[in-house]
Amino acid sequence: MIASVPKIGTIGFGELRKGMVARVCEVDENCLESRRLQELGFTLGTEFSVIKVAPLGDPVEIDVRGYRICLRRQECECIGIELV
Amino acid sequence: MAVVGNPNAGKTTLYNALTGSSQHVGNYPGVTVEKVSGKLKLSSQTVDCIDIPGLYSLNAVSADEKVATEVIRPRSEEAPDLFVYVLDATNLERNLFLFSQIAEFGFPVVVALTMSDRLGPQDRTVSARLLGESLGIDVVPVVAFKDKGIEELKAAIDRNLLEPRIPIVNLTVPAEITAEIDILSDRLSRAGVDASAAEIRSDLLAPVEATRLFVPDFPEMWEAFQESRNRLLDANLLRPSIDTQARYQWARAIQDGAVKKPLTLLPRPKSRTDKIDQILTHRVFGLLIFTAVMYLVFQSIYTFAQPVMALIDDDFSHLKGAVAKIVPPGDFQSLLVDGVINGIGSALVFLPQILILFFFISVLEGTGYLARAAFLMDRLLGWCGLNGRAFIPLLSSFACAIPGVMAARVMPDPRSRLVTILVAPLMSCSARLPVYLLLISTFVEPQLGAGWAGFALFAMHLLGLVIAIPISWLLNRRVVKGKRLPFALELPPYQWPKWRDVALAMYGRGKTFVHTAGTIIAVMSVIIWSLSYYPRSGSAPAETPAQQERQLEQSFLGRAGKAIEPVFLPAGFDWRISTAILSAFPARETVVPSLGIIFSLGADSDETSVDLRQKLREATWPDGRKLFNPWVAAGLMVFFALCAQCMATLAAVKRETNSWKWPLFMFAYMTTLAYVVAVLIHQTARLLGQA
Repeated sequence: MIASVPKIGTIGFGELRKGMVARVCEVDENCLESRRLQELGFTLGTEFSVIKVAPLGDPVEIDVRGYRICLRRQECECIGIELV
Repeated sequence: MAVVGNPNAGKTTLYNALTGSSQHVGNYPGVTVEKVSGKLKLSSQTVDCIDIPGLYSLNAVSADEKVATEVIRPRSEEAPDLFVYVLDATNLERNLFLFSQIAEFGFPVVVALTMSDRLGPQDRTVSARLLGESLGIDVVPVVAFKDKGIEELKAAIDRNLLEPRIPIVNLTVPAEITAEIDILSDRLSRAGVDASAAEIRSDLLAPVEATRLFVPDFPEMWEAFQESRNRLLDANLLRPSIDTQARYQWARAIQDGAVKKPLTLLPRPKSRTDKIDQILTHRVFGLLIFTAVMYLVFQSIYTFAQPVMALIDDDFSHLKGAVAKIVPPGDFQSLLVDGVINGIGSALVFLPQILILFFFISVLEGTGYLARAAFLMDRLLGWCGLNGRAFIPLLSSFACAIPGVMAARVMPDPRSRLVTILVAPLMSCSARLPVYLLLISTFVEPQLGAGWAGFALFAMHLLGLVIAIPISWLLNRRVVKGKRLPFALELPPYQWPKWRDVALAMYGRGKTFVHTAGTIIAVMSVIIWSLSYYPRSGSAPAETPAQQERQLEQSFLGRAGKAIEPVFLPAGFDWRISTAILSAFPARETVVPSLGIIFSLGADSDETSVDLRQKLREATWPDGRKLFNPWVAAGLMVFFALCAQCMATLAAVKRETNSWKWPLFMFAYMTTLAYVVAVLIHQTARLLGQA
């Protein structure tokens, strides 16, 4: 089951670069990863920005809801995002 | 009373300030791995206070979170009378998310507002008064490590224990859901079940596989729930995300009401932490600095500890000499000098190094660099099924695998956790240090100098880590099954380490080590001594080295070593080394004492210093070839680096995995690995003509 809002230019987490701002536009209801990400604040429609990328390309540090958290790109693929 | 909050919100510091205890604190999320309890003295009463591990949500996933959520269940036996919720002022929204979950279950709560000291003039300010008004409870700003606000907090706790205040949380959920809750609530109360709207909603919207059931499950209710679920499913409203979204909506509203935003709209200048991170997490410099820091740590352990170690060594030699003068020669003198003093002395000599290692670990942890290390290393550890978080358990395992295995509880993903536990004992713990130092200083330093000796020590520590990577990859693919959770890590702001915490960590570890040296190692030393001293032929003390060796050969320990010698022969180990290995299986700390006893038993007791290094260098095979060369020494070090010679670790693994399967598996794979690699080294040496 997928919940979503109208999307414009969706991209994958793998394409995020330092300084980019994106918005959550799709969440998977039954996936554990997606639930945990929502609990961390990545709910539908939430905007976030990429603060830094680890030297080896992963994880990325993200500013969301006024705090920062490091996540792995691949593990965030269960939520759909679009560039703002 | 319980202290609860998000990871790294300052819970443990607050807990320590309240109870006056000295729990280990780190500038790293997830430092509390177990429930810890203490006493809190208030003006009118003394209450029990527990520190709950940091949580992001009550929907428990990890073992760590399950310990915590058991306490935070409505009507739970363990549920405290009052929660002190630690709310990070720099991260209100997410902190309020968990708050809403706890508050909704009707628990009385007092909020301790932390980290307000981290809000600079550029940041928004958080008003404790406004926050308290909108939540309907007491909100006390605190700076725990400066003891600011602690008295006020204690007063608030005291007040709330007498007259509890329950927070107001009004979530906005779609009307259809509220209607279903009303229907279910009605049916439940008719069935005589008392359940709050929040509990019903939690069960109603819970994902199918969730086990958090608040409402008693009996057929009639199960049907009613199913009907409600079906109706919501048709309306596309049966979604866990609705609950999450409603909570964040509420949290945003509360935050907006309590925050005074700065007037300036200028972009925020880079903070000090950002500037430091530009270098320390830089693509090139970040990795270089990381390697340099790790190298520095191990190099200084080797160099700084040397003078102190020499001093301790001297003291024990003098002690042995003094005791030998007082006690008449014979069995008892040998027991005291060769057994007890030798055993304890050869273990205690490593205290300086353990203290230095813990100094570095707690400084790195306190400054916030350890979290960066996890950030830098995640990719490297990630592809083989570990993650950056494993860095802490693994790094702790360099001191001792037991805290390392326990620290793996902070890993939310059960699969990575199990892999981390299984490879943690491969990290070179401080108990292996004696073997390395003994062999390096005997066979590497005299020939190649201190620089190479330091490098050899570094390499031995690297070995476990390097081998752990393919092992975890294999474990992850073949052995460990289970659900993976996303990796989430916070990088705390840089700060100066709190020297008091550093001192406490060093003291705590040192004390444990000395305690072990005084008990287990002393007992083991006596056992090994008696196994190697008895049975004796005749009462005449062995005088010549040949006599001494013959004596040892026919002792119980020597016979066991002889019996197992053929097994270790392919690795180039003789019966004496085999004996030392055998005696080290319960605890590898005993190996240097064993070597000392095996290679120097019956030595002339009037001699003040029995130099084990000299003995090792001079030891020969029966045909006169030297027993040791650098290759044999390397083989022996590698064997000790990889072998599972620690009962305490196996016991800890049993406890943490709740099964005998994993400790047995660990023992089997590590011992096999150690043996195979040691044999490979010796056979390579033979091929190269070095044996």
